[in-house]
Amino acid sequence: MSGAARDVPAGALATARAVRSGEVRAHQVSEAALARIAEFEGGLHCFNTVTADAALAAADAVDAAVAAGRDPGPLAGVPIALKDNLCTRGVATTAGSRILEGWLPPYDATVVRSVVAAGAVVVGKTNLDEFAMGSSTENSAFGPTRNPWDPGRVPGGSSGGSAAAVAAGLVPLALGSDTGGSVRQPASLCGVVGMKPTYGLVSRYGLIAFASSLDQIGPFAATVADAAALLDVIAGHDPADSTSLAVGFEPVSPRLDDGVAGMRVGVISDFLADASPSCVAAVRGAADVLGRAGAVVEEVAIPALMLGLSAYYLVAPAEASSNLARYDGVRYGLRVDGPDVTQMNGRTRSAGFGPEVKRRIMLGTYVLSAGYYDAYYGQAQRVRTLVARGFGDAYERFDVLVGPTSPTVAFEIGAKATDPLAMYLSDLYTIPTNLAGHPAVSVPFSLSEGLPVGVQVLAPALGEGAMFRAATVVERGADPQARGPIEPRAAKVAR
Amino acid sequence: MPAVTESFSRDDVVYVARLARLDLEPGEVDLYAAQLASILDHVAAVTGLDTTDVPPTAHPLELENVLRPDTPGMTLDRDEVLAQAPLAESGRFRVPPILGEAP
Repeated sequence: MSGAARDVPAGALATARAVRSGEVRAHQVSEAALARIAEFEGGLHCFNTVTADAALAAADAVDAAVAAGRDPGPLAGVPIALKDNLCTRGVATTAGSRILEGWLPPYDATVVRSVVAAGAVVVGKTNLDEFAMGSSTENSAFGPTRNPWDPGRVPGGSSGGSAAAVAAGLVPLALGSDTGGSVRQPASLCGVVGMKPTYGLVSRYGLIAFASSLDQIGPFAATVADAAALLDVIAGHDPADSTSLAVGFEPVSPRLDDGVAGMRVGVISDFLADASPSCVAAVRGAADVLGRAGAVVEEVAIPALMLGLSAYYLVAPAEASSNLARYDGVRYGLRVDGPDVTQMNGRTRSAGFGPEVKRRIMLGTYVLSAGYYDAYYGQAQRVRTLVARGFGDAYERFDVLVGPTSPTVAFEIGAKATDPLAMYLSDLYTIPTNLAGHPAVSVPFSLSEGLPVGVQVLAPALGEGAMFRAATVVERGADPQARGPIEPRAAKVAR
Repeated sequence: MPAVTESFSRDDVVYVARLARLDLEPGEVDLYAAQLASILDHVAAVTGLDTTDVPPTAHPLELENVLRPDTPGMTLDRDEVLAQAPLAESGRFRVPPILGEAP
């Protein structure tokens, strides 16, 4: 395994400090990021679109603000990559699907406005499983992303392009979306920090919908502090999202270092039964680190969480089948013509959607159809209540919970491509959090045969403060070799 | 509550594909029937649980209608939106015939 990356731009906070003080120009920072993308993109395929000219222009605007004595924002000059299901005005947004190829959104997602207002510089749109449906980024219509730690392996998914871009040091920050683990699982497999906020904390306006009661946008970074800084920028109420929480959000960054003395930490024993030995060892190691830092650590059994996967694969496809009805060849994206509108719809959707999206649309349509609605969808909603109650009981005794993020390290490209159910099991430990609407974060902790292993810290709704403090302690006790940015092992492509 | 079938049949695939406006090739029907049966058999574990007194959760938040003040605001530009349509004409989306014969 190669060591720490050379010539990698510094972390997000360090970059912003240097740009704000005038020590470094944002233009240089963006040029360096674009050069590194050009060097490694051919081998990794993290991006669907690189917005080089717009990035340099945005960087120049940051430099002009600094020169004029205006506040350039907390993320001044920091290159950021956006998952390609976040709408960017006038910049192609595909959701990894042929059905949206060539579409130029007429508006920006709220999170895009937030990061730009904070001075961050958007360098491109990252690859993902089509419509965020998958755990490996192999379901992208534009080809898989490769894991920088081993180009024969997946980066996880669905936000695999964002995770790999941060792991390879192409950008210090990225945004993803997490419906059943799509930020945390790729973070774990790529050795970076990835976080899913409390449902409603971050606006979903401009996020291409997959399952609206589960989707949340979350940050990727190499460190907990950088991820916290990005969360602080994107969190907050947005009138454009009717599910946006109208609560005052206390920024997490100022109190990252407050420690865990007296914090009650539960280790979810149900998650340790079937995880691989290296993933179990990482959780035990993280629990020891928290205990030595003064937390009170105990094991806790929450059997209801193990029902989450089944409920999720009924609820999420049901919501997806409804959300994806809008891709009908009428208003945007692909149209394959037909003699009447119904045949046009059918031809368009068959040509535009890939196999995993078709599977989920059909599964969702089935469980919502007459005769099956109550047995499947209604029952899944009741089980969702059981999962939330399981967490609720545990959080009466614990401030945060810890467990594995993924059952395994990164698997080989193609290993699960023909077995959808095996792929779904990758999300076993991340899904319950989405069903309950809670926050959770994956922190790189150890290496197993040269591949990173992440540990997940979970908290109750709006428990981000304690969660990030615990994550900071876990990070300090982790193997520093287990996290990005690294020098990618994928072959460099000559330009 | 109706009985839950053990698996996903070929007819089920044809039926839901029609509902979902997906044209499938004959070979696809067999493949999806096998895959969806395998998925459904796994997730059907939850259908056997006794949830008699458990209320359903549709959403993690207690949702309420959200209204904005009834004052005019900016909307997306019509021409910019229509420029993204596969086919537009006279300020509208153009589609193939919906009813009956083509004109």
